[in-house]
Amino acid sequence: MDSLYLPRKAKIKKVEPLTATEKLFEIELEGKKPLGHKPGQFVEVSVFGVGEAPISVTSSPSRLTKSFELGIRKVGNVTNAIHNMRAGDIVGIRGPFGTYFPFDKLEGRDLLFVAGGIGIIPIRSFINYAIDNKKKYGRIVVLFGSRSPAERLFVNELNQWHEQVEFFETVDRRDETWKGNVGVITTLFPKVELDPAKTAAIVVGPPVMYKFVLMECKKKGIADEDIIISLERRMKCGVGKCGHCQINGVYVCQKGPVFKYSEIKGLAEAL
Amino acid sequence: MRNKIISKGELAPWVNELAKKGNLIGVREKGFGPPAGEAGKYEFAPIESAEELRLDYDVAVTSPKKFFQPSKETLLTFKRGGDFKLNAVVEAESLVIFGIHPYDAKALSQMDKVFADDNRDSNYWEKRGKAVIVGIDPACASKWSFWDAMGAATVDKGFDLWLTDLGDRYFIEVGTGKGEKLLKHATTSEATEADVSARNDARSKLATLCAGDRKIKAELKDLPDIFEAAYDNEIWEKRAEKCYSCGSCNLVCPTCYCFDVREEIDLDLVNGRRVRLWDGCLLESFAAVGHGENFRGERSERFRHRLMRKMVYMNKKTGELACVGCGRCSSVCLPDITDPVKVINELK
Repeated sequence: MDSLYLPRKAKIKKVEPLTATEKLFEIELEGKKPLGHKPGQFVEVSVFGVGEAPISVTSSPSRLTKSFELGIRKVGNVTNAIHNMRAGDIVGIRGPFGTYFPFDKLEGRDLLFVAGGIGIIPIRSFINYAIDNKKKYGRIVVLFGSRSPAERLFVNELNQWHEQVEFFETVDRRDETWKGNVGVITTLFPKVELDPAKTAAIVVGPPVMYKFVLMECKKKGIADEDIIISLERRMKCGVGKCGHCQINGVYVCQKGPVFKYSEIKGLAEAL
Repeated sequence: MRNKIISKGELAPWVNELAKKGNLIGVREKGFGPPAGEAGKYEFAPIESAEELRLDYDVAVTSPKKFFQPSKETLLTFKRGGDFKLNAVVEAESLVIFGIHPYDAKALSQMDKVFADDNRDSNYWEKRGKAVIVGIDPACASKWSFWDAMGAATVDKGFDLWLTDLGDRYFIEVGTGKGEKLLKHATTSEATEADVSARNDARSKLATLCAGDRKIKAELKDLPDIFEAAYDNEIWEKRAEKCYSCGSCNLVCPTCYCFDVREEIDLDLVNGRRVRLWDGCLLESFAAVGHGENFRGERSERFRHRLMRKMVYMNKKTGELACVGCGRCSSVCLPDITDPVKVINELK
């Protein structure tokens, strides 16, 4: 019987710790079938017996074809349970769901990626896609802010990005080892010269970050339709029925999580 | 399909015939049988004989939506471990639902739309597809009812049969072939021009049933704009000061359909199921996420959200106002803050 709520069986292929609270999981669907996702989309991950949680896909579809990656922070029941799982354990996957970063419509543009903390997880899928398809895009600029050096995600990949794209990083609080920029992510904006007509900004971070980063983007002259953001909300069904993810009248799992700033400007509950 | 007439005397035999099949749901008084002390309240429940059926009721405590979206429903069963099993559960039984009022039929049509559009929900539709809907014009209204003001005194679709009381007989509007089939157990005659006339007369009196103070001071077509313009009005904070966030309004509303999804696991830690349960946007944790952020943390925001859904957001989705004037939320709200009539008239 056809059901919107039936997950596909999947297996954890690999678990890699990233920080004290985040881990990277490589997931393989039964039959090693590709997930078929686009950068920015999410899946609903089931830990049978505990529940289901919405998690953004962090791998680019241009890299892994027989599996995909999820970057997961342990915050609640389901994510804590996943953190206790090992390679070979069974999970359920529904999706991919939601709107995606418009990698197709932004061809030819300069891309300004602005990632705050855990926001790097969905953004990574588009950064790596853009790197793999460099000829399709103009400049690739990445601004990444973390709370502290110990909380930086994807450390090895960040080093690669230093070579492959225009990469700027900052931390809110330094430690003894840190030699880079110190300050919130908005402090990186003065370091970048942009052509506002050519640039599209892709911004993902914690709720508190958006207002400030949007101000910086507007100061640089980027148009509202060219600022792409991803908004999280509480999600249960992922298919536009259960109602939890609403921002005013908009179901984030259906019309989001990726939005153009111009689309959500009129939604009072959005930012 | 031609409309029919059934005499009052022939109604009971027909209902008893339907009850014999064991799948007749109708309206009965809650005081009928245990628990006692609920006289004067009505509910949709299994009917075993025609004498239980109360077609003269004002409003049922909850709407018949519960037969298509139960308050608790299993979505999946699973078996963890080496012999891993996972199955979707979609259960449905044939039902005849007898005695639906027009405002509940209107609400049901809206539920049909939301569970069909943008991802068809088979858990709802398997049940809905197996139901035969027999509606009836209201005989009276509760002191909270304002379905006339909300344009829900009559419906012209969303039913299989519709009854109108003409005194010594009922006019039966045949809506679908499914409804017509149901009549094969009934002794009916063809409706005449005179019957149609009598029915129009009877319907013209429906407007007098809702109490005089249950009128709204605005045009229905203006309600979405009125509420949208009132988004930052102080009315929400003022009224929500007394809000318990109990969610009773969500619980009884025929167009509220939000649900929570939870996991259950047996003591063996192997067998379990995923269920969905009615949820309500007035409840505090409705928009709260794992790391502590609550995207609708203020009571005034949640209180406003429900009324915005009824008057603005769902209107954009279905083309209709989602408040059908049943009066249930008004009657259950302990601090009496959510009565849409009072809110509309205060905003106007």
